[in-house]
Amino acid sequence: MRHIISILIENESGALSRVAGLFSARGYNIESLTVAPTEDPSLSRMTLVTSGSDDIIEQITKQLNKLIDVVKLIDLADSVYIERELMMVKIRTSEQSREEIRGMADIFRGKIIDVTPSTYVVESSSARPVNWMPLSRLSTAIALSKLFAPDRPVFQEAKKDCICKLKVKGERLKAKKQCSFALCPLPFALCPLPN
Amino acid sequence: MELNGAQIVIQSLKDEGVEYIFGYPGGAVLHLYDALFQQDDVKHILVRHEQGATHAADGYARATGKPGVVLVTSGPGATNAVTGIATAYMDSIPMVVISGQVPSPVIGSDAFQEVDMVGITRPCVKHNFLVKDVTKLAETLKKAFYIATTGRPGPVVVDIPKDITDPKIKIPYKYPKKVSIRSYNPAVLGHKGQIKKAVDLLLTAQKPIIYSGGGVILGEADKELIEFAQVLGFPITNTLMGLGAYPATDKQFVGMLGMHGTYEANMAMHDSDVIIAIGARFDDRVTGKLDQFCPHAQIIHIDVDPASISKTVKVAIPIVGEVKPVLEQMLEMLRESKKKPSKKALESWWNQIEQWRAIKCMEYDRGSELIKPQYVIEQLYDITKGEAYITSDVGQHQMWAAQYYPFNKPRHWINSGGLGTMGFGLPAAIGVKLAFPDSEVACVTGDGSIQMCIQELSTALQYNAPVKIINLNNSYLGMVRQWQEFSYQSRYSHSYMDTIPDFVKLAEAYGHVGIRISKPEEVRPALEQAFALKNRTVFLDILTDRTENVYPMIEAGKAHNDMTLRVANGTSTDRELA
Repeated sequence: MRHIISILIENESGALSRVAGLFSARGYNIESLTVAPTEDPSLSRMTLVTSGSDDIIEQITKQLNKLIDVVKLIDLADSVYIERELMMVKIRTSEQSREEIRGMADIFRGKIIDVTPSTYVVESSSARPVNWMPLSRLSTAIALSKLFAPDRPVFQEAKKDCICKLKVKGERLKAKKQCSFALCPLPFALCPLPN
Repeated sequence: MELNGAQIVIQSLKDEGVEYIFGYPGGAVLHLYDALFQQDDVKHILVRHEQGATHAADGYARATGKPGVVLVTSGPGATNAVTGIATAYMDSIPMVVISGQVPSPVIGSDAFQEVDMVGITRPCVKHNFLVKDVTKLAETLKKAFYIATTGRPGPVVVDIPKDITDPKIKIPYKYPKKVSIRSYNPAVLGHKGQIKKAVDLLLTAQKPIIYSGGGVILGEADKELIEFAQVLGFPITNTLMGLGAYPATDKQFVGMLGMHGTYEANMAMHDSDVIIAIGARFDDRVTGKLDQFCPHAQIIHIDVDPASISKTVKVAIPIVGEVKPVLEQMLEMLRESKKKPSKKALESWWNQIEQWRAIKCMEYDRGSELIKPQYVIEQLYDITKGEAYITSDVGQHQMWAAQYYPFNKPRHWINSGGLGTMGFGLPAAIGVKLAFPDSEVACVTGDGSIQMCIQELSTALQYNAPVKIINLNNSYLGMVRQWQEFSYQSRYSHSYMDTIPDFVKLAEAYGHVGIRISKPEEVRPALEQAFALKNRTVFLDILTDRTENVYPMIEAGKAHNDMTLRVANGTSTDRELA
């Protein structure tokens, strides 16, 4: 099962690697991880998404709690929480496609937040799953990069880096029957990229 | 008091009550060594390899209960210490390792003798620090000692860049009396409700067993454990790390459990209906095949580390807390309780255990013309009257020492249980001997293990730490050979060394006494002679039966009731309970 674990941790150098190292050393999954200082600058909030059986999640929370730097830990799966994802996509545009992209962005309540002669950056935020798919369906639209910014009260996760990765690793993916990103909702046949 | 960084480190150690520091100098710690030179309170033991420093400090810590302290330089000094740090970590031994680091401004530039010590040791320490500010130095060291010694103990590394110990920068020094860390509050007392539930369950048990581990020794709870076991009248088994917590010669003690545990201990575990695990962590060498582990038992688990509970084996009643106060709480409840354990049930349970005991799983061929390693250990026990501190390396000899030397007192059995570090025994023995110069200290080792840290023979001479080295020499890496015999149709792949040194000459070259024996009748006189030479380190090279194996054995992937026992003619057989 998927769990979101929110950790209050001493804001010291190495704190992040202690957490990340724990996951790799003990073979736990880590799907995403965000860190930012809190209103008390001596503390950081780390929000991570992981998955595993109840036993594994129990061990993960215990082992994290055991880290000397961890002040407090909450498994959000035990409580009511709000989850939002923020996505920023840079899209390469042409004369012909700019209008179409603007229309699409409007339909899906995306905001264009930056413009250059050949690109748009579209920002979109929503509860999961974020509606990035329509953008990718545009024949001319290819996401170049995705940035995300963490925010504490609003949980957001970063797991849609599929588009850019697909582009970068397009060659490698051709050989496979489906997208190698476990969280990509697309089967290979529907992959928007030319293959 | 105004002190420079180097002086602060040494003064902090003094204020912490540190007696010995085990180390090896080098560029990054020269300021520290200069400060060390100018005082006499903290005694420095110069080892011959940093691994030896960590093991010696570890042995000192295991024998005394005080934290072991290590000082090494940056780069290779630090990496050499890693094996010893991991050894202490796996066995939860309190240790503070001070490592030098290249000066702060060049950190990250691949400077000479630079390694990321904090990064390298992160997975094998309880915590580590990189000191970036000399004003934080004393506080950091206090924190290090506090973390190392409280809760579930463990090693803590303090990495100190050379500029932090600069003699030119002096600051006011005050060693904090107390330290509190908001994110670190180890549990002490157990939850009352849980303890009550545990006591109720214990009192209804028909086939109970106490399974206690190293946590009882670390938590100084041996007296409470003895009282607890005797009040209840339950059988008790110890893990390899827990030996000595309960007197091994007592009738209620059924021996060590696990891979090379006794038949009665493992069978009793397998058939039990209630297990109380006290400061033990269900290690894979103890449990055998997990899904067949104690199929009928409800388990109570007392541990100071919540992460140890239900890690591999699900337990019915977890109790998080230090073993000593939790056992005290339990004893109080037991005293107040009107219910007593069922006499009838216990009687029939003990009858069953006696039947298992009657198999005499530890018997071996006493008529052999070759020296049996088991016989050596029995004689060692006899000659030292069971009072000696025994350190060991890792392998067959370690198991024989654990099996045939009944430990009646805690902290007398000193071995690397979790990590299984060959080379541990000799430096650890030196650490123990320094702590208890008037006690007998013997290192039970083998021809493979002893060669891993043999350079420390030199340290033993320099610091007058006369230990007795009992080298059970079978010219094999015996435990590897045994597994190859059992599981690889005797294909002895690289478990044999063609050129084993002449240990007698080697001991003599290091300034010690060497004795070699090869006949059973020589064992006792040789041991007597070795222990009579009070002020000399004696290397007893004992040529033993080369084919001897450790029995009983639960082979990998098998359950407690599926043990391989020795049969009369010396070969083994699978023996299941009839």
